[in-house]
Amino acid sequence: MNGILGLMILLPLAGSILNGLILRTPFPKRAGVIGTLFAGGSFVCAVLLWVNLMSTHTPVAASTHWVDAGALHLDWAFRFDWLTAVMALVVTGIGTVIHLYSIGYMSEDRSPARFFAYLNLFLFNMLVLISSDSLPGLFVGWEGVGLCSYLLIGFWYEDVEKANAGIKAFIVNRIGDAGFLIGIFLCYHLFHTLTFPGMAESIAHLNGVSPWMLSATAFCLFVGATGKSAQIPLYVWLPDAMAGPTPVSALIHAATMVTSGVYLIIRTHFLFELTPDVGFIIAVVGGVTSLMAALIATSQNDIKKVLAYSTVSQLGLMFLALGCGAYVAALFHVITHAFFKACLFLGAGSVIHGLHGEQDMTHMGGLRKEMPVTFWTFTIATIAIAGIPPLAGFFSKDLILYSSLTGEYGWLLWGLGSVASLLTAFYMARLLALTFFGTYRGHAHAHESPSVMTIPLIILAVGSVFAGLLNMPESFHALPPILTDWLAPVIHPTGEHAMLLPEAAAMGIATAVAFLATGFGLWLYMAENRGTALASLLKPLRIVFANKFWIDEIYGFVFVKPFKQTSLFLARFFDPKIVDGLVLLPSRVCQVGATALSFLQIGSVQFYLLVMLLGGLMVFWFSIKGALI
Amino acid sequence: MTVQPVYWTHYIAICLFALGLLGFLIRKNSIIVLMCLELMLNAANLILVELSMKNGTPDGIILVIFVITVAAAEVAIGLGIVLNLYRIKGTVELDAFRSLQG
Repeated sequence: MNGILGLMILLPLAGSILNGLILRTPFPKRAGVIGTLFAGGSFVCAVLLWVNLMSTHTPVAASTHWVDAGALHLDWAFRFDWLTAVMALVVTGIGTVIHLYSIGYMSEDRSPARFFAYLNLFLFNMLVLISSDSLPGLFVGWEGVGLCSYLLIGFWYEDVEKANAGIKAFIVNRIGDAGFLIGIFLCYHLFHTLTFPGMAESIAHLNGVSPWMLSATAFCLFVGATGKSAQIPLYVWLPDAMAGPTPVSALIHAATMVTSGVYLIIRTHFLFELTPDVGFIIAVVGGVTSLMAALIATSQNDIKKVLAYSTVSQLGLMFLALGCGAYVAALFHVITHAFFKACLFLGAGSVIHGLHGEQDMTHMGGLRKEMPVTFWTFTIATIAIAGIPPLAGFFSKDLILYSSLTGEYGWLLWGLGSVASLLTAFYMARLLALTFFGTYRGHAHAHESPSVMTIPLIILAVGSVFAGLLNMPESFHALPPILTDWLAPVIHPTGEHAMLLPEAAAMGIATAVAFLATGFGLWLYMAENRGTALASLLKPLRIVFANKFWIDEIYGFVFVKPFKQTSLFLARFFDPKIVDGLVLLPSRVCQVGATALSFLQIGSVQFYLLVMLLGGLMVFWFSIKGALI
Repeated sequence: MTVQPVYWTHYIAICLFALGLLGFLIRKNSIIVLMCLELMLNAANLILVELSMKNGTPDGIILVIFVITVAAAEVAIGLGIVLNLYRIKGTVELDAFRSLQG
């Protein structure tokens, strides 16, 4: 089984090398089929490992020597345990579907081999991230997916704006990564080991470690997670990341990479369980991010921007769950979100593809007739994300909201999450109505996408419907909570908490909210003028949301501009004048001295001889002076 | 310490050396300068021979033979250089060769 674990991780790398370095075919179909086959092979390996884990109940592990420096011993250790199994199935499964979709979406691109090479490379790094058994190994994958994210956001690099979006994503992630690295160092300081089982074991008998130290460690890891998973204050890169091709947005910036922050916290949850203060910070950051992103999403007109802010908002909900200690709920939402958000992004991609690059929703409308498959799958995914039962989003969101209803600030967190859910239902209804209902307002001739793009949509829509069955609430008595039971060896179920509301009441409120908001959104934007009437009524608020709370401008003024000014000062003055000056000072001294003394060198041999004679006489004089006196 | 008697050959050697040095410093013709160089060398040789005779040991005389041999080679090179200088500038006056200056 070790071989299959290796194969699962290395197959996408092989595909990447084959596509990007060896074949470099200019034909999208050929490159796409190769990329999809390698991704699919990885998925098959993941399924085999999953079946094996189900039957043997022992995780497959493989390791080889890596670093040996002083007291530090590191191995390249991979382990396919229960949590990795869930993530690997999601990553490779949805990854394969999106590879398939990309064959159609990139059918007119000039460098498809490069695209599929990057996409496969991303899968490889993501698999390294989720199957590494130690923090440094995870960090390698973490950086790898960041690199692929940068490469794919700026895939169409001729467009300066898109290239800049890639750079922005990369730099903002570096800030989070700095926190993550410090977190790793602190972990080593605390536990003297960096493997997850070792850390989990040694945390049980930590003596004399101040709670501050633990909190600082957990907080630093959380800072890393905020960067990768686009939470306040580092979420600004994700909306800009939509500059990349749409399959990239679906795979990297919705379904998989952005959830690696959630994965990191679940993986190190033994640390976060001991630091409830950091947990509270995580929950508040998640809740506020969720609410703020949802507010912004209500006023965006770019179809991909709405989905991007929606992703930030859903990630916020996951962090809300993490902060409340509901790790299974967060992972459950990762899974369901991967299905319906990938479906939504691919649906949006299908619309954009059908309209020849149009992304503005004000130039869409009435597309349900021209694009029936896209319309139906998009509708299913919208119902799922809005939290309407019995689709997937309802169960995972409900679990998160219900889990937040505990502790001193339960009402606050639950309120944040609920308002964000309400807004989610509303803006998704708006998106659906503006895109597919009403009359067509654009000029391009719309057409349905080829089946290579619609089949992935159908697969993901089916997933969006049924993924909720993975973890039904126990009170339904329909199915056991499969996911909770599956993850029991990794995440020990916590005891019962005192809940502020009974489960049925929380569920009822969530359902009512979802229905009302969706209905209101559809009613408002189905007709031509109601939406604009409301918009003019709430104009000041709308301006704030449409301008994204001016966060980008504030960051620009507070961080980017001073940084640029300092850099300019250093580049224009400090470096050429002071640094170069110090370097050149000795040479200047020598030059001036040499010029001053060069009058002695007049070229006359006899003058030199005279000077030599005088020098000799002086030596003679000083050497016999002592004897004379 | 007993005072060593000064022989007349010493005075001759000193005169020779002084003449050579003076000529070396003030004459402008490079061939004359070379000749003055030989004069100084021979002043030293004279003292070596004289002290060797006085001490009754042959080492000074042997050294002088070496010096004469080396001086012959040196003069050959020196004259070669002078010849080349003449080819370049058409003169052997030392003042003509002052291009190496700062």
